[in-house]
Amino acid sequence: MWRKIGYVLSVIVAAVVPVIVLVVLPAWGILAGVVLLIAWLALTRTGRQAWSATAVAVSTIPQRLGSSSVVIIGIAGVVGVLVALLAMAEGFRATLQQTGSDDTAIVLRAGSQTEINSVVDHDSAVLVADMPQVMRDKQNRPIASPEIVVAASIPKKSNGVDSNVEIRGVGDEAWELNPRFRMVTGRRFRSGLRELIVGKDAVREFAHTDMGSTLDLNNQPWTVVGVFDSGDSHNSELWADTGVVATTYHRGSSTSSVTVRLRNAGVFDAFRAAIKTNPQLKLEVQTTRRYYDAQSEGLTRIIHVLGTTVAVIMGIGALFGALNTMYAAIATRTREIATLRAIGFRGAPVVVSVLLETLLLAVLGGIVGAAIAWLLFDHYTASTLGANFSQVVFEFRVTPTLVATGIKWALAIGFLGGLFPALRAARMPVTEGLREL
Amino acid sequence: MKYLHLVWSALFRRKTRTFFTLLSVLAAFLLFGLLNSVRDAFANAGQSVAGASRLITISKVSFMVALPLSLDMQIQAVPGVGAVTYANWFGGIYQDPKNFFANEAVAPNYFDVYSEYKLSPAQLRAFEDTRTGAVVGARLAARFHWKIGQEIPLQATIFPQKGGQNTWTFNLVGIYHIANPRERQREEQMFFHWKYFDEATEFGGGQVGWYIVKIAQPKDADHVAAAIDALSANSDHETKSQSEDAFQASFASQFADIGLIVGSIMGAVFFTLVLLTGNTMAQAVRERIPELAILKTVGFSNRSVLGLVLAESVLLLVLGGAAGLALAEVAVSFIRANLAAIPMLPVGATSWLEGLGLMALIGLLVGALPARRGMSLRIVDALAGR
Amino acid sequence: MSPLVEIRNLSKVYTRGRQKIEVLHHVNLDIAQGDFFALMGPSGSGKTTLLNLIGGLDSPTEGTLSVGGRRIDQLGQSDLARWRAANVGFVFQFYNLLPMLSAARNVELPLLLTKLPAAKRRSHAAVALELVGLADRSAHKPGELSGGQQQRVAIARAIVSDPTLLVCDEPTGDLDRQSAVEVLTLLQRLNREHGKTIVMVTHDPKAAEYASHTLHLDKGTLVESGAQAETAAS
Repeated sequence: MWRKIGYVLSVIVAAVVPVIVLVVLPAWGILAGVVLLIAWLALTRTGRQAWSATAVAVSTIPQRLGSSSVVIIGIAGVVGVLVALLAMAEGFRATLQQTGSDDTAIVLRAGSQTEINSVVDHDSAVLVADMPQVMRDKQNRPIASPEIVVAASIPKKSNGVDSNVEIRGVGDEAWELNPRFRMVTGRRFRSGLRELIVGKDAVREFAHTDMGSTLDLNNQPWTVVGVFDSGDSHNSELWADTGVVATTYHRGSSTSSVTVRLRNAGVFDAFRAAIKTNPQLKLEVQTTRRYYDAQSEGLTRIIHVLGTTVAVIMGIGALFGALNTMYAAIATRTREIATLRAIGFRGAPVVVSVLLETLLLAVLGGIVGAAIAWLLFDHYTASTLGANFSQVVFEFRVTPTLVATGIKWALAIGFLGGLFPALRAARMPVTEGLREL
Repeated sequence: MKYLHLVWSALFRRKTRTFFTLLSVLAAFLLFGLLNSVRDAFANAGQSVAGASRLITISKVSFMVALPLSLDMQIQAVPGVGAVTYANWFGGIYQDPKNFFANEAVAPNYFDVYSEYKLSPAQLRAFEDTRTGAVVGARLAARFHWKIGQEIPLQATIFPQKGGQNTWTFNLVGIYHIANPRERQREEQMFFHWKYFDEATEFGGGQVGWYIVKIAQPKDADHVAAAIDALSANSDHETKSQSEDAFQASFASQFADIGLIVGSIMGAVFFTLVLLTGNTMAQAVRERIPELAILKTVGFSNRSVLGLVLAESVLLLVLGGAAGLALAEVAVSFIRANLAAIPMLPVGATSWLEGLGLMALIGLLVGALPARRGMSLRIVDALAGR
Repeated sequence: MSPLVEIRNLSKVYTRGRQKIEVLHHVNLDIAQGDFFALMGPSGSGKTTLLNLIGGLDSPTEGTLSVGGRRIDQLGQSDLARWRAANVGFVFQFYNLLPMLSAARNVELPLLLTKLPAAKRRSHAAVALELVGLADRSAHKPGELSGGQQQRVAIARAIVSDPTLLVCDEPTGDLDRQSAVEVLTLLQRLNREHGKTIVMVTHDPKAAEYASHTLHLDKGTLVESGAQAETAAS
C-alpha cells in the first residue's frame, strides 16, 4: 500500500513542478521550450520513437472526433471565459493608466482620496499655481487648471436608465495639460457661458449629449458645442468652464482640485515638499499618473479574482473531461500500444506520445477559446462606476499577453489531463494489451 | 421505481468514467450556484422587506448635492407620510482605505424608521444620551473586534472638523442586529449623530444628504413621492423621491451588468457540459447495445428502452448537479461568514429549482440521441454483433 | 390436439444494399405442445433465422406463423415485445446476462414487465434459481460464475415467467463437455417433468440426442431426418 501511495505522491509532485514552471515562464520561455521539444523529437532516438508514436496517434484522431472535441471545446471554454474576463480588467486598467502622466500633478485637500470628496479654496489654489515648479505658458501664466467635479444624472442611450455622469469644470489652462487633447467636432466652450464639450465616449453612451443638444443641469439649460478626444478616461466626461460650474452648483470660489503641469517630471518631489512644508496649505499632491493608476486597482483586482476562480472551477471540469477522453483514447489503442511495446518501443516514447497528443488538443482548444474571446469581446464597450461615483467608459482589450496566459492555462490542463493516462499506457503489461480498462 | 437498479447499475458500469463525468457536472453546477449567488446579491443589493414602505428623497441634481434641513418639517406635513428621518454620507476611513464600510450621520429618530435594525432599549437610550455616540452593526463589530465603550476614530475624507483636523472620534454605545439572514450585509454600517456632525463640521451646516420617509401604505408610494417632490418644485433644491428599493437598485445596475456577465459565463459552461456529458452518454450506450438487445429480447418495449437511457442520462446530471449545488451552498456560507467583502446571497430555493430544471433539461438533451439509438436497434442485428 | 407452433409457407428475405438474400424458402413446420425439438444444419442454413422468427424476434417476409393460436407474423414491434414477454423464454450461446446485475436480478428481469410486487418477483426468481440448482449463487455477478453456471442462470431467467415456449440458440456452443451435459440434462428435465416446449438450434449431434425429434435445415429448406419427424411437404 505504501508503494502505491508513494507512486501517487511522486506523480503529483511530478505534475505540480512543470505546472508551476509553466505559470512562471514568460511567453518567450514557452516558445524556447517548444523549440527544444522539437529538437529532441527530431534528433534523439527516444525522441524519434515518440514522434512516430504520436504521429500514429494523431492520425487516428478523426476516428475519435467526438471524444477529442471534448478536450478541445472544454479547454476552449475555460480559456475563452478567462481571456474575456481578464480583457475586461485590462481594458479598464489601460483606460485609466493612459490618463495621467509623470509631469502633471493633481492637488487635493489632504485626506480626501478622490476629487469628489475634495475641496480646495481659492487662495490655496493660487498659492499652488504660483509655485516655481509649475510650468508657465507663453504669456507667463502658470499652467494650472482649478477643476470642479460633480456628478449629474443622465439616462443611458442603451437602456434609458439614469446613470451618474461626471461633469468637470476646467480652467483656461486645461488645454495645455494634455498634449493628446483635440476637438473632434465643434469648438471649445467659451468662458462664462453655459456651454459644454463632451468626451467621445460620453457622447456614445449617454442621451442628450450629441452636438447641439441641450442638457438640463440643476434646472439650467446648457448647450453642447463640441465633442473632444483626450485619449484617456476623460473621454467619459462632460467639460465646461469652472467658474460657470461653480456658480451652478453653488461652490463659491472653491474647486475640487487643481491640476498643474510641472516644468519636468524631475521637479515633482520638490513640488510635493513645498506643499507639505507650507503651513497654510492643507493639501496632498500626486502625479496624475499615480492618481489615476490607483483608481483601477480595486476593480482590476476583483475581476482577476473572479476570473481566476471561475477559470479554476471550469478548468477542473475540463480536466476530468480530458481525463475521460484520454483514458478512452488509450483504451481503444491498447492493442496498438502493446504492439509498439512488443516491437521494442520503450515506456518513455509512449508516455510522451500520449502527452503530446493531449497537449496538441489542448493548445487547439486554447487557440479556439482565445480566438472566440477576441472575436466577441475585443473593443467591446462597457462602463462602470469610477472613483468619482460616475460612469467610466472603457473597452475590453484582448492583448497578446492575455492570449499567452490563456494558452498557458490550456497547456497546464492538457498536461495534467494527459499525464495520468500516459503513465497508465506506459505501465500496462504488454500481455494485458487485450484487457479492457 | 422498480427499474431504478437497472438504471443505476448501467450508470456505474464504468466506474471511473462515470466518476470523472460526475465531477465535471459537479464543477459546472458549483459555478452555477456561486455565480447565481453573486448575481442575486447584486440584483437585490439593498433590497429589503421593509424597503417597499420607505421612500428616499435626494436632490434632483445628483445624490451628492445636499438638501436643506428645513425640508424635514415640510415633508412631515405631506399626507400619507408616517415618519421622516434623514442622514448624511460621511465617508470616513477606519485606519486604512481598504477597511471601507458605510458610515453616516443620522437624525435622532433614524432607528424608528429603520426598525429592522434591532437595538436593545438600553443601547438606544445610551445612543440618544451620548453626543459622540455611535451605533454599528453586529457584523462590522465582529470584523474589527469592537466592544461597547470603545473609541472609534475615523479619518474624514470629505468633512474635516472645524479647525481643520481630520480625525473624528466616536464612542461605541450600541450594536444592532438584523434578523433576516438575506439582509445581513446591512449590518456592516456605522451611524452617529447628525447633530454632532453638523456642529463640528468645517464647511457649513444645515445640510442633509437625503431624507428617508416611512409611508403608511406601500401602495401610495408614487403619490406620496410626487407630493414630496412638489414641495421643492422650482426652488434651488429640487428633489427626486422614489422607493428605497428602486433607489438601491439603480446603484447596483450602474456598477456592471452582472446579469449579463453571469449569463454569458454560464452559457459557456453549460455548452461545454452538454458536449462532455453527451460524449459520455454516446460512448456508454454504444457499449451497451448488446445488453439493450437482451432487454428487448426479454420483452422490454422500444419505449422502455428509450426511457431507461434517458433516465440514465438525467440521473447522471442530477447526481453530479445536486452535489455541485450542495457544495456551492457550503462554499457560499463559508464565504459569507469569513470573506464578507464579497457580496453573495445564500443559495436559495430559486437557484435549486432552476438548477434541477437545467439538470433535467440537459440530461434529456444529451440522452436523446443515444436513447433513440438504443430504442431503434434491431435485436437480431445487435445480438449477432452487427 | 393442435400444434403449439404452426408454420406455413414461411420465407425470410434480407436486403443488403441492392442484393436480396433469401434465407428461408417456404418452410412448413408444426411443433406440438410439450415437444423438445432440435433444429440442425450447416452454418448459413437459416436455422438461427427460423428460431428468431419462432421466438418473435423478427418478422417473416412471407407466410404465416402461429404460436398458441396467435398469428404472430401479423404483430407490430411493440405487440411482439409484449407477446415475447409473456410467451417466450430465450437461451443464447453466449448467455447474454447483464454483467452488472446479480444472478437473482438477472433472473428477475422478465418479471419487471409484469405487475407483480417486488416480494413476489424475488420469490419467483428464487424458485427458478432453485430449479436450475443455483440457489446458493443468487448474489453472484455473471463475472463470478463459470460458463455452465451462467447458462443455467440464463435458463432460470428464461423460465421465470412461465413462458409457453423455450427458444434456445446453440445453448451449449460455448461450454465444455461436462457443463454442456449439465445444461442439456436440465433442459430435458424441464421438458419431461415440467412439460416445457423447447425449440433448440444446435450443430452438435450429441446435444440433439437429448431432444425428442430433430429436423435438418439446409439452404433455407427443411430436410427430413430423425425419429418421428413431423413434416409436411417442402
